[in-house]
Amino acid sequence: MKKTYKIDVDCANYANKMEQAAKNTAGVADATVNFMALKMNVEFEEGADVKAVMAEVLANCKKVEDDCEIFI
Amino acid sequence: MNKKQKKVLYRIIAAALMMIVLLLLPLEEKSILRFILFLLPYFTIGYDILRKAFKGIMNKQVFDENFLMAVATVGAMALGEYTEGVAVMLFYQIGELFQSYAVGKSRRNISALMDIRPDFANVMIDGVVTKVDPDEVEVGSEIIVQPGEKIPIDGVVVDGTSTLDTAALTGESVPRSVKPSDEVISGCINMSGVIKVKTTKEFGESTASKILDLVENASSKKSKPENFISKFARIYTPVVCYAAVGLALLPPVVSLIIGLEPRWGQWVYRALTFLVISCPCALVISIPLTFFAGIGGASKEGVLVKGSNYLDMLSKAKIAVMDKTGTLTKGVFKVTEIVPVGITKEELLEKTAMAEVYSNHPISKSLKEAYGKPINTSRVSDVEEISGHGIKAIVGDTTVNVGNEKLMANVGVEPATVVAAGTVIHVAFDDKYVGYILISDELKPTSKSAIKAMKQAGIRATVMLTGDSDKVAGIVANDLGLDKVYSQLLPADKVTKVEELLADKNENEQLIFVGDGINDAPVLSRADIGIAMGALGSDAAIEAADVVLMDDDPMKIAKAINIAKKCMRIVYENIYFAIGIKVACLILGAIGIANMWLAIFADVGVMVLAVLNAIRALRVHNV
Repeated sequence: MKKTYKIDVDCANYANKMEQAAKNTAGVADATVNFMALKMNVEFEEGADVKAVMAEVLANCKKVEDDCEIFI
Repeated sequence: MNKKQKKVLYRIIAAALMMIVLLLLPLEEKSILRFILFLLPYFTIGYDILRKAFKGIMNKQVFDENFLMAVATVGAMALGEYTEGVAVMLFYQIGELFQSYAVGKSRRNISALMDIRPDFANVMIDGVVTKVDPDEVEVGSEIIVQPGEKIPIDGVVVDGTSTLDTAALTGESVPRSVKPSDEVISGCINMSGVIKVKTTKEFGESTASKILDLVENASSKKSKPENFISKFARIYTPVVCYAAVGLALLPPVVSLIIGLEPRWGQWVYRALTFLVISCPCALVISIPLTFFAGIGGASKEGVLVKGSNYLDMLSKAKIAVMDKTGTLTKGVFKVTEIVPVGITKEELLEKTAMAEVYSNHPISKSLKEAYGKPINTSRVSDVEEISGHGIKAIVGDTTVNVGNEKLMANVGVEPATVVAAGTVIHVAFDDKYVGYILISDELKPTSKSAIKAMKQAGIRATVMLTGDSDKVAGIVANDLGLDKVYSQLLPADKVTKVEELLADKNENEQLIFVGDGINDAPVLSRADIGIAMGALGSDAAIEAADVVLMDDDPMKIAKAINIAKKCMRIVYENIYFAIGIKVACLILGAIGIANMWLAIFADVGVMVLAVLNAIRALRVHNV
């Protein structure tokens, strides 16, 4: 399953880091962050609990960049 | 500027003023008082960076920009270089502010370019017009579009006539006129009259929404340079940081061992310079920004690119494979020549059109269209269609035979030999040959110059695929100056041909296929880059292609390639420029020629220049 989220982040490098952080989260099959459109596309693994996974993604992103936001 | 940016701006101004005042004050070098006073602007400008750096360490994110800036400036302060310490923070913040402003601005610019999103729809409910959100309009509703308004949803005109401005969708400024029963597409601007439209789609499925969606998501498909840069950024920062540690420790230790003065201060200062340069911002921001601007600029010209990777590939396009009908030709049959023998042109056309009056074949239609007058059917009788040959009918008191050479042979007359691109209709009245009418699919007026422009844009081979006869294909290919032509192909053969061509080309050459999206979806997806043209309103083509040309002008093919080339040129300029300056400054810093001021330029200055350069990709109107 794929979902798109609006995000807010200041710097393109952090956007790349958020992408890495999201990719490395359990339950996420793939993730891309589009800095210019401020969007995150997340592809979930089969049977993953979207809400729980996204909370984890947000927490992981906060670790790499405190100032980021994902509008879940 | 938004609130966040304004706050940073005030902090920058405040810190800069404090610094100027402090520099003017007659303070003793390296005194405690001077140190404390300089802490004021330092914390004003840098408190959030110090805080983020601290949090970063807590989260085991050591090599981030905040950490680097924090170490570099704290180090500079510790060495007594107060001015540099504050200046690095100050310029770093100026750079960040500029970057966020420039990115925000180009985001807005690009959305303004694609300003086709309709804000409302006027729905007719029980004869009363109500303004509603286009999302709420159901399929089959009737909406009113006033002059000056955007058509919000795809539909069919039921009442009124007007002209539409399609420039926002196609980049073409010639207005299109519409009348009842014509289809209209959302995103066009109604120019002259009030029209009533019956919607055929939901808002989300309408052309305007689809195009916006496509363009906004285009930069999610990342290109090679983008992936290279994000990998580079991941390696670059740690490498430079370790190099900085090495620079701070090794030379002094070696000096100590061989009995020289270690000069710790000098080497630590040089190492701090390294840290300032280690920030990869200029690269990471300018590359996606260039692609984003390129995609935005291209959409303004009616060229929709579905991902930055396709811009990259398009710039390396070397082989152009094109469909004939609908791509290079108009795809409509027209009478192009009337050659009578022994009678007048008018008489030949009139009687032929009359004989064809009941037929719905495209050729009959074009004959009737060329005749242009209403036909009195009472004069036509005994119409007989002879399959594979043509038509026989009695018109007035003449027996008219209209058809191919076989039919003429049946009638017993000798038809003229004709060499031309198109279908030849021979005509015999009673038992006498009276001439022929040539019906052909016209070339688009720009096809020839389009082929030339493609060659100039670096296309090595132009190939045409068609289901048409060898003869017709040969003449068209000759007229246009194409390199190769494959004719009499079935749709499946086209895929095979493209596969052969793909196997035949060099590895770094890209093959583009251009079609009108009708019946060639498999070929579109098989080619390296599938380009669908004339896609206004054709969903299938938008789905199947990688690049979508909104109108059907073949000149746009070369234009798309040139836009891609310009964009990629800027991307590589930025990569070489940013990496080059940084490496140069690292070397100069290591041997002590570049000081921290130069390092700040290498970081902030390069970023500003790279961003400004990236924005050039928006201006692609005249490429």
